[in-house]
Amino acid sequence: MLRLTDTSLRDGSHHKRHRFTAEEVRSVVAALDEAGVPVIEVAHGDGLGGSSFTYGFSRTPEQELISTAVRTAKRARIAVLMLPGVGVKDDILVAQDNGASICRIATHCTEADISVQHFGLARDRGLETVGFLMMAHSQPPEALAKQARIMADAGCQCVYVVDSAGALVLEQVADRVSALVAELGDDAQVGFHGHENLGLGVANSVIAARAGAAQIDGSVRRFGAGAGNTPLEAFVGVCDKLGIATGVDFFAIVDAAEDVVRPAMPEECLLDRMALMMGYAGVYSSFLKHAYVQAERYQVSGAQILVRAGERKLVGGQEDQLIDIALELRREQV
Amino acid sequence: MSSAKATAAIVGSGNIGTDLLHKLARSSWIEPRWVVGIDPGSEGLRRARALGVETTVEGVDWLLRQDELPDLVFEATSAAVHRANAPRYAEAGIRAIDLTPAAIGPYVVPPVNLRAHLDAPNINLITCGGQATIPIVHAVSRVVPVVYAEVVASVASVSAGPGTRANIDEFTRTTGRGIEEIGGATKGKAIIVLNPADPPMIMRDTIFCAIPADADESAIAESVTRMVADIATYVPGYRLLNEPQFDRVAAGEGEISRVSVFVEVEGAGDFLPPYSGNLDIMTAAATRVGEELVRSLATVSGGQ
Repeated sequence: MLRLTDTSLRDGSHHKRHRFTAEEVRSVVAALDEAGVPVIEVAHGDGLGGSSFTYGFSRTPEQELISTAVRTAKRARIAVLMLPGVGVKDDILVAQDNGASICRIATHCTEADISVQHFGLARDRGLETVGFLMMAHSQPPEALAKQARIMADAGCQCVYVVDSAGALVLEQVADRVSALVAELGDDAQVGFHGHENLGLGVANSVIAARAGAAQIDGSVRRFGAGAGNTPLEAFVGVCDKLGIATGVDFFAIVDAAEDVVRPAMPEECLLDRMALMMGYAGVYSSFLKHAYVQAERYQVSGAQILVRAGERKLVGGQEDQLIDIALELRREQV
Repeated sequence: MSSAKATAAIVGSGNIGTDLLHKLARSSWIEPRWVVGIDPGSEGLRRARALGVETTVEGVDWLLRQDELPDLVFEATSAAVHRANAPRYAEAGIRAIDLTPAAIGPYVVPPVNLRAHLDAPNINLITCGGQATIPIVHAVSRVVPVVYAEVVASVASVSAGPGTRANIDEFTRTTGRGIEEIGGATKGKAIIVLNPADPPMIMRDTIFCAIPADADESAIAESVTRMVADIATYVPGYRLLNEPQFDRVAAGEGEISRVSVFVEVEGAGDFLPPYSGNLDIMTAAATRVGEELVRSLATVSGGQ
């Protein structure tokens, strides 16, 4: 059975500008749990410890949200995300004390070796582990597979091809997933995390599953960064049609999306000009809201901020540089 | 000590140790006489020999066996190795300047507290991100109270060595503590991002400080500008990218005032390429602290 993880309470944190309340988390977890979603990820959008000037302060401390999710879920397991360099090992331990049982550790897709100590700790403490190779479009399949090997050797049980920019197109997903499956064999599973910036979340996820991915991420109602994530309810419906078992009830998750998740969203995640720029130029999806803020603050084009972020080859975590880009654009205007 | 330079050993023959060797070789106060490594294939050891410096692959054991011991040792290995070596240097009466994030001795950031710990047996230089950002936090906190400061260090992947990679938590924790203890912020947070772009990016740092709503912005900006000039005296490639920016941002249920400072650190290119400003600022700080230490010893002994 394909294992699905809903990331709306983590990736959606970007879209929500990290303003989740405990009540919203409680209602979303209850609805997804009822629908049979086996794993629900909860954390600041930039992972444990992400509450900051750089990425935006959480309205409610994330560990409080994790506790709420754990208390609410009857069947679903609660996962957390952490980015080495942003969060630290202690954050993982606190999350585990609060009841999280799956630790997802994310690095830029060329920097897997900075996660070794965190995988070691997570496995020592009996946590299930997932590794995220972010911005996977930026590296060819063979290079990605080598990085996946570093994570697997460190104790990662499932390495994800993470299309942070929503830039991967169909076969590009299959090639990367296949390369990881070939490299990892029985040592670790392979997963896929998609974004909708070119409108391909569901299709890319189907292709990933066919290429051997055992775990797939999505966010109900696309509630995620950029144009959002693979809409999990749509993916469940498509899997039903294709005869791929997910264990999730289509009608229940569709109701959850409409009646529970949508009211927790500030607005729909749109495939608009800015989001398309990100998919087309290969820009980290979480930059979207920051680009809007700086475009407004300095009266420059948000789309140009994103294009320049792509030209500068910024990676996830460099949100601070969007301010510098906005200042540069303003200098060029006068 | 009045007629001769102080002698120094550099322990660690990687990028940092080798760049430091090139800087110390120009010093009027310090003579780098030994470079200690463990890898016979080390490029750093090869270069040291080419500069006429004595080298070993037998580690610190060899160094401490010699008849003549160095006055100073610069530790350019890793935090774990320095934790093992530090008591041995102390026992042998060798002053240690620690470039790892082991944080055994007191923290020193030259433009903030260069002379504060010249009598300490062990001085710690925090981290490259700390050297690049803590002076700016201090520049703000000497004007207004800073309840929270946060820094983001973006570093080219190729200039982040295996030590940093294997223990990135040490970087964030040690830098965070330095922001508090030396920067003067009540609470500090550090973030590091490795960027693999090719050609490699020059090190960039962003420093955010929470400030009072009625803070004197021009006094803060002036203090920051003055600090940047101070740093540039020993790290010529340290520069402001923009004027300090003042904003109100959301936090919890309310808003707080913030000053943001953007800097770039271009290395001097002594051994490492100029994009490795992160390593250059460490070796420049180590040289500055070492020379000051030697100067103070010379003064005490009445030699100069």
